[in-house]
Amino acid sequence: MNLLTLSWRYLSFRPLATGLNVILLAFGLAILTVLLLVQHQFEQKMTRDSAGIDLVVGAKGSPLQLILSSVYQIDFPTGNIKMEEAQRISRNRLVKQVIPLAMGDNVQSLRILGTNHDYLDLYGVKFAAGKAWEKPFEVTLGAESAQILGLKVGDTFSGSHGISVGSHDHDQHAFRITGILAPSGTVVDRLVLTSIESVWYTHDETGGTEADTPTEEHKVSIAVEDGTLDEGIDPHLLPVATQGFPISDQERELTTLLIRYRNPMAAIQLPRMINSGTSLQAASPAFEMSRLLELLGVGINLLKGLALALVLIAGLSIFIALYNSLKERKYDLAILRALGASRGQLMTLVFLEGISLTILGAIFGIAFGHGFLALIVEFSSQEVVSLVDPWVFLAEEGLIFGYALAVGIVASLIPSWSAYQTSIAQQLTKA
Amino acid sequence: MLLQSTSLSFSYPGQPSLSFPDFSLAGGEAVLLLGKSGSGKTTFLNLLAGLLHPSQGQVILDGTVLSALQGHRLDLFRGQHIGIVFQKPHLIAALTVKQNLDLALFLSKKKGGTPTDLLQNLGIVGKSAAAVSTLSEGEAQRVSIARALINTPKLILADEPTSSLDDDHAHRVITLLKSEAAKIGAALVIVTHDQRVKSEVSKVLELKSA
Repeated sequence: MNLLTLSWRYLSFRPLATGLNVILLAFGLAILTVLLLVQHQFEQKMTRDSAGIDLVVGAKGSPLQLILSSVYQIDFPTGNIKMEEAQRISRNRLVKQVIPLAMGDNVQSLRILGTNHDYLDLYGVKFAAGKAWEKPFEVTLGAESAQILGLKVGDTFSGSHGISVGSHDHDQHAFRITGILAPSGTVVDRLVLTSIESVWYTHDETGGTEADTPTEEHKVSIAVEDGTLDEGIDPHLLPVATQGFPISDQERELTTLLIRYRNPMAAIQLPRMINSGTSLQAASPAFEMSRLLELLGVGINLLKGLALALVLIAGLSIFIALYNSLKERKYDLAILRALGASRGQLMTLVFLEGISLTILGAIFGIAFGHGFLALIVEFSSQEVVSLVDPWVFLAEEGLIFGYALAVGIVASLIPSWSAYQTSIAQQLTKA
Repeated sequence: MLLQSTSLSFSYPGQPSLSFPDFSLAGGEAVLLLGKSGSGKTTFLNLLAGLLHPSQGQVILDGTVLSALQGHRLDLFRGQHIGIVFQKPHLIAALTVKQNLDLALFLSKKKGGTPTDLLQNLGIVGKSAAAVSTLSEGEAQRVSIARALINTPKLILADEPTSSLDDDHAHRVITLLKSEAAKIGAALVIVTHDQRVKSEVSKVLELKSA
């Protein structure tokens, strides 16, 4: 028996009041935890995923949607663009580098992204196994994708049409895994990377079957090393472009371009030039994301206010619970004094009760916060929230703990002082 | 002499001061403290327990002057050397019988567990895991006696210990108090106006109203 167990006995003797206080506090702190995690990870991911991308060019539509779909891989693309037009932009002197992207398929709602090897360099990825794709229908899996699919190098799978699950399967051509990436903490983790050619040919196949076109269509002219066009070679066997645009003699389409500026001047001229001079749209990740955060800011502040109010109410409720139980317990306290307890020990006893309550509240609150976030993420795989990893623990959560503790200390201050001042003789003779 | 009080007086604010007769008690001896309501019986008991500070005079228990001790040292001394039985049992309801007794040991910083023969003598040995709320009035009072005795105190103070008990239990409680006090050589002071008790204890100290 010591003061801590005694304070626990008192708390568990009133399970309803104790439970209510813990839950009140836990809810307030859970909201704070969720906000903290979401905000922190958003900002971190946003900056990490958009590093090295100055401008995104795609079909006209919502600029935010363009950024979300091309940089963060969460929204649907605005549409496709002609490769010819894209190549024209890439020749502009203000452009230092262009990475073309082609989307349209998924496997178990993981996006299959057609691009070139520059995309790998952009995020500085490392290989956990194997190597990058080199031929059509060869793919490289992001770390998380590999885990979700449960596949390894050499395995094959087929994708299905569309960005999310539910559409028809492309089962004519299976993708073969040539490499798996190490976790990078970026958007690449949740992608299935392949060449743009793979994306094209997948859809040729689909179109082919549906329109019942002869197979000759696939025997296209291809530029070979000597510069001449060699008729009648199956392009599915040739190596794909690892840099720049893929080669094709047909009119082909891409989804978007990721552009890096050559100089600061480009930031002023290039977007205007593209937006007004072409049928394409250019959007800056930095600008669009700060606009998005600004929009979300109002909501975040509102939630923060709600959470603070909840924590404040919890503090008040703990204070009232301690104060009321103290009134009932004046006699107990006097008995404890008669049994040899000092004033300081009584004060400590009440303090321990208040602090135990808040520590419990803080532990439950932080656990609720993570659990709640995990639930949200679980049910929204295609939305912005799915970027957040609910099981990351931040140092700032220590602050939440400290905050709860401060609430506990303030709430127990007056009750414990009144315990300190209990006059034993008066209490004992009153009855 | 184990317990001595000399020229004790005490005054509540705004009231005439109460003075108490000098008296002394040897170990193993028992005394009944009698007096009308308002004669200061409980005040005297509180002074002996060190729960109140006398305005004059002193209480000496086994060579220690109670009024010379302050703060925590007085609390600890009381916990270790004085056992108090109250009018009502006043056990801590959040704890079991055993935990109530353990608590007394913890607060007086005494080592060792609850002696089983004490519980045996008091007839509550089977109740040690019971919740306080399940005890009968008589059982609860016996537990509170066990709590007062558990530290083998030098002085046992009982404030109307029988007032809420029936004849049978009252007799049993007084006998227990007397025999346990004698066994550990403690001085026993019983405040009462219960006629049933008067026949059990020969030594009497009568307080006169001021």
